[in-house]
Amino acid sequence: MTTNPVTLAILALLLPAAAFVLIAILAPLRRSGRPAAFVSIAAVATSLAAAIRTWQIASGSVEPIRAVWNWLPGANGPLATVGVLIDHQSSLMLILVTLVATLVQIYSLEYLHDEPPAAFGRYYAYHSLFVFSMMGVVLSPNLLQLFICWELVGVCSYLLIGFWYRKPEAARAALKAFWTTKAGDVGLLIGIVLLYRLAGTWDILELEHMVKGGTLATAGLGVITFCLYLGAMGKSAQFPLHVWLPDAMEGPTPVSALIHAATMVTAGVYLLVRTEFLFHETPQVLLLVGWIGGITALLAAIMACVQTDIKKVLAYSTVSQLGYMMTAVGAGFAGAGFLHLLTHGVFKALLFLGAGAVIHAVHSNEMHDMGGLFKRMPQVATVFIIGTLSLAGVPAFAGFISKEEVLGATLAGGLTGPFVMLLIGAFLTAFYMSKVVFLVFFSEPKTHGHHAGHAHSAHGHGGDPGIAMSLPLWILGLAAMAIGVYSTFFHHAAPEFTSPGWLTPVAVALGLAGIGGAYLTYQTHTISADTLASVFAPIRVAVVNKFWLDDLYLFIYRHILLAFARLIGWTDRYIVDGVLNVISAWTLDGGDALRRIQTGRVGDYIFAVAAGLLVLMLWMRGTL
Amino acid sequence: MPLSAYLSLAAVLFSIGLFGVITRRNTVGILLGVELMLNAVNINFVAFSRFHGTALGMIFTLFAICITVAEIALGLALVILLFRMRRTSTADHIDWLKG
Repeated sequence: MTTNPVTLAILALLLPAAAFVLIAILAPLRRSGRPAAFVSIAAVATSLAAAIRTWQIASGSVEPIRAVWNWLPGANGPLATVGVLIDHQSSLMLILVTLVATLVQIYSLEYLHDEPPAAFGRYYAYHSLFVFSMMGVVLSPNLLQLFICWELVGVCSYLLIGFWYRKPEAARAALKAFWTTKAGDVGLLIGIVLLYRLAGTWDILELEHMVKGGTLATAGLGVITFCLYLGAMGKSAQFPLHVWLPDAMEGPTPVSALIHAATMVTAGVYLLVRTEFLFHETPQVLLLVGWIGGITALLAAIMACVQTDIKKVLAYSTVSQLGYMMTAVGAGFAGAGFLHLLTHGVFKALLFLGAGAVIHAVHSNEMHDMGGLFKRMPQVATVFIIGTLSLAGVPAFAGFISKEEVLGATLAGGLTGPFVMLLIGAFLTAFYMSKVVFLVFFSEPKTHGHHAGHAHSAHGHGGDPGIAMSLPLWILGLAAMAIGVYSTFFHHAAPEFTSPGWLTPVAVALGLAGIGGAYLTYQTHTISADTLASVFAPIRVAVVNKFWLDDLYLFIYRHILLAFARLIGWTDRYIVDGVLNVISAWTLDGGDALRRIQTGRVGDYIFAVAAGLLVLMLWMRGTL
Repeated sequence: MPLSAYLSLAAVLFSIGLFGVITRRNTVGILLGVELMLNAVNINFVAFSRFHGTALGMIFTLFAICITVAEIALGLALVILLFRMRRTSTADHIDWLKG
C-alpha cells in the first residue's frame, strides 16, 4: 500500500464517488439491490482502510499536508483550486465518517431487508454519494470546495430523509430539512463571498497565515464570521434553526445514525473548528456562538425529556450535544468541541443503531409499545446501555472526558451563563437517556398497548438481530468502551486550559443524579411521572409545543412569505405580463387590419411597385 | 434627331407597357405588356449606343432580345399550366395570396 497520504486521501474520497456513479448509471446493478449494496460497502470499507492509513501517516507529521490543483483560472493565479488538506483534525474526522458509514451500510443490509431491490439499490447509491460529499467537506483545503460538498451533503440528507417518499410525513420532513438548512446556507455563501472580497483567497491555510501574520483586515470580519456561523447553525441544528432535525427522523434509522447523529450535523461544528482562527478575531460572534450553543443544549435536553418516540429522544439529544460542542467552540477552545464531536459520533451512532434494532423487532417507534426488552434482546440492551452511559458522561465511558473538557472549556472561556445551562443539560441528558433505557429494556412489558397491532407484534417474535446488525453494534459499543477506558485511565492529551478540581465530581454527580432520578421515576415509580408532569406544567406546555417555533415558522411561511409570493405573483401576472399582453394585442389588431391590403391580385402588387418606384425617383430628384 | 426624342419614345413605350401590365386581366395580355417594357429598354440601349459611338449597347440589346424570347416561352408555359389547374387565364381570379 502506498504511503503517500495525498494519494490515500484521494483514494478514500473517490472510491465512494466511483461506487455512486457505478450504481447510479448501471440501472440493472441498481435494480438488483444486494449486489449494489456490496459494491457500495466494498468501496466505503476500502475508504476506511485508506483513512486509517492516512491518519497514521498524518499524525506523524506536524505540518498539515496540502495538495491542490488549479480549477478556475484567473488573471492573477487560479481563482479557485481543488484538493485535499490532511491534518490531525481532518484525518480523525475522515476515520469517523468512513467508520460509521461502513458500519451503517452493513447494518442496513439487514435493517432494510424487506425493501424492494430497486429501492435497496437507490438507498446505497445515495449512501455512497453522501460518504463522498462528507469526506469532501472534511478534506476541503478551501472554503469554495467545502461549500460545494456542503450542499451535496444537504442534498443527500434530503434524499435519504425522503427515502420512503410515498409517506407524506417523510416527504414533508425532507423538504423541511432542506429548506431550513438552506436558510443557513445562504448565510454561509454570503460569508464565503465576503471573505473572498476581503482576503482574496478561499484557502484555509492561506487565511490562517494571513490572520497569524496580521495582514487580514479585521474591519467587517464580524459580519463574515457571523454569516459562516449561520451556515453552521443550519447544518448543526442550533437554536432556532434546529427544528428540522427531530423531523428528519422520518428517514430510515441507519440514515439517522449516519447523517443526523455522527457526521452531517457535525459539519457545522467542523466548519467552525476549521475556521477557528477567524472567529478568534471576532470575540463578539464567538460569544454569540457560545450562548446559542448553551441555549440549544438546554432547550433540546428539556424537549428530549417529554418525547415518547425513541428516535425523537435521540434526535433532541443530538441537538443538545451539538449545542455542547458549539459552546466549547464559542468559549474559544475548539479542540474540546472537536473531541466531543468525535466521541459523540461514535456513541450516538451506537444509540441510533441500537434504537433501530429495537424498532426493527417491535415495529414501532413509541416507547409505550416497548418494555422489558432486556430479556429478549440482551445484546442490543447491553450496547445501548454502553451508549447511554457514554452520553451521560459516566467515567470510563466515551463521553466522560469529552464532556468534562467541554464543561471545563466553557468555564475557562468565561461563559458562565452557558456553563450553568450545560450543567443542567448534563443532568437532563442522564435523566432522559436513562428513562429510555428503563422504559424500553426494564419496565414491565406493556401488553395492552394503544396500538393493538403493534403490541401483538411486539411480543410475537424477534430477539437480538442477526449478524449484519449486531456486528456494527458491537464494534461501536466496544469502540465507545475503548475510547472511554483509554482516555479515562491511561492517556489523554492535556487540554489547553485548566479547569477547577470540583468540576469533574460535580459533573459526574449530576450525571448519576439524572440516572437515579430516572430510576426512581420510571423503574420503581417512587416518584410519579404524573406528579413530575404537574410540577413542571407551566413549562411543559411550552416544551410539548416545541416552544411554538414550528408554529412561528408556519405563520411566517403562510402569512408573510406566501402573502409576499401572492403579491409578486399578482404583479407578474397583471403588470409585467399585462404590459406585454397589451402590446401583443395591439400588434395582433394592427396585423389584422393590415392584412386586408393584401388583395392577392398581381396587378395591385405591380401598381404598388411602380408607384413606389415613382416616389423613390421623385425623392432622389429632391422634389419631394 | 436629338437623343431626347429616342428616350421620350422609350419612356412612352415603357409607360404603355406598364399600363398594360397593371390593367390587363388576361395573363397573355400582361406578358405582352412586359414585352413592350423590355423593348423600351432596348430602344434606350440602342439610342445610347449610337450617341456614344460604341457597340456595347447593341451587343447588350442582342442579349436582351434572347432573354426576352426565353422569358416569353417560360411565361406562356406558366400560363398553360395555370390554365390546366384553374381553368382560367384571368389574372384576377388567381388570388391565392389574398390576406
